[in-house]
Amino acid sequence: MISRAERVANYVILSAFAAFALFPVVTILGAALGPDDAGPAGQAWGPHLGNFAAAWEAGHFGTYLRSSLAVSSFVVVVSVVLSIMSGYAFGTMRFRGHTVLFYLFMLGIMMPSEAIAVPLYFDLRTLGLIDTFWSVALPQVALSVAFGTFWMRAYFRASSRAIVEAARIDGASTWRTLWQVLVPPARPAIVTLTVLVFMWTWNEFLIPLIMVTSESLRTAPLGLAFFQGQYTSGFTLLAAGSVIVATPVVVFYLFLQRHFVRGLLQGAVRE
Amino acid sequence: MGRPPGEPGRVAYLYLLPAFVVYAVFLLYPIGRAVQISLYDWDGLTLGRWAGLDNYTAILSDERLRAGFGHALVLIVFYAVIPLAIGLTLAAILNHAKVRGLGFFRTVVFLPQVVAMVVVAVAWRRVYAPDGTLNALLGALGLDGLTRGWLGDHTFALPAVGVVGTWFESGLVTVLLLAGMSRVPMELYEAARLDGAGAVREFFAVTLPSVRGEIAVALTLTVIAALRTFDLVYVTTRGGPGDSTSVPSFEVYHRAFGLGQVGSAAAIGVTLTVVIFAISFAINRLADKGTT
Repeated sequence: MISRAERVANYVILSAFAAFALFPVVTILGAALGPDDAGPAGQAWGPHLGNFAAAWEAGHFGTYLRSSLAVSSFVVVVSVVLSIMSGYAFGTMRFRGHTVLFYLFMLGIMMPSEAIAVPLYFDLRTLGLIDTFWSVALPQVALSVAFGTFWMRAYFRASSRAIVEAARIDGASTWRTLWQVLVPPARPAIVTLTVLVFMWTWNEFLIPLIMVTSESLRTAPLGLAFFQGQYTSGFTLLAAGSVIVATPVVVFYLFLQRHFVRGLLQGAVRE
Repeated sequence: MGRPPGEPGRVAYLYLLPAFVVYAVFLLYPIGRAVQISLYDWDGLTLGRWAGLDNYTAILSDERLRAGFGHALVLIVFYAVIPLAIGLTLAAILNHAKVRGLGFFRTVVFLPQVVAMVVVAVAWRRVYAPDGTLNALLGALGLDGLTRGWLGDHTFALPAVGVVGTWFESGLVTVLLLAGMSRVPMELYEAARLDGAGAVREFFAVTLPSVRGEIAVALTLTVIAALRTFDLVYVTTRGGPGDSTSVPSFEVYHRAFGLGQVGSAAAIGVTLTVVIFAISFAINRLADKGTT
């Protein structure tokens, strides 16, 4: 059995680490809810929720959240649908070039986005596509499709072969087999993929930084980085802005934690 | 190909096509272009000049670039090695002792993974600021002699950035290892105890070998994250002071869009890609070898 001293030591270690993990979070939340350090002295104690409204105004976060929402929705819907289709092909069908094509897709999982963003910028500039919605969204679809294909293939491979066979013998087309037979029970795997792609796209910084110059297309993290550069009088509004940018994904995380953990852990485990 | 009659074959290409087109245009083609551009001396505007492998040899000879890759190695210690040590300790405790509040603890330590790195960077800038929370904490402990502007200090800026990585990755590693350890059959521990093994021997004889696969995954993820550090450096230090926190990813951006050395930027990007592939391949080979 575990001795009392060992138990105390365990709690001390765990508490110390939890404190380390929460330290920056508390710093930000404390500043965001505290009195405005750029405002007049002698403000009342208690949570200052007005900071969020002030930051929203000063930092144009309404615009940034809207473009983040547009980019994320597009990337999530398109890459999840494309991944379901390609994962279906890799997971249930045999065809020439199967292995080579699959490895080609796998390259994208580890590919650092900085390696592709630079040549993309110059090619898209030649085509006049820089600073458009597409220049932000499509490269991220490509990066997400690599992981999504891998993820959905693993799911479809593990799903019952007998069901696919039965559907075919019943005369169902491959299209109907996919959407009416295989996809409904695949919902948990698809939800996991959806929350991961949403999180990656919402939090992505480099691609919007390179592709976007006009303010109306700035995504939330990019807007926050600009706000930090311009707004230097105090920290309160910057902290409030940070909370605004982080909240959507954190809320998803609190409700769908299982999916985030499973996706980030299993997604990394190759067979 | 020995395909059962009627099993869909060629139709597979139709299902692959949409994903492949986006993937090829926005990922495969650009990486090819990166290789091509890296062989030129190009400012992004005028006509490029053939440079052969000069941009690659510069990575070894250019002091700032060599420093950048050196800094990435230091970050690997902070992003991968320290979190692995922390993760093994925490996961062993959590797996062994019936700890109250396990769910809450897991939620808290995993939280950094879902917060945008820009937000993380803004928070840590505040922690490290001359009038920030770290100095306030040191002051409260009577350690005023240690206070400084952490990110503006030539010696401490890189470790300060590294600690953010430790903070960011430790929770992920812990949860990953905990999942592996919870799959170790109880009988193995009982057998070790019967053989008279103490907690430490048990850890090295039973726990550690059983989570070899998880350790490989954890190292792959965290080493790649260390090599790809960009957002954090961009927001906290922009490579400074001097070049004390310049890292390869930041140099790619800085050279392409700040200095107009697109060829060199592409060469760094390609090198970084190759290094990432080589390291993750090596880690997984080592892990596989250990199991057979």
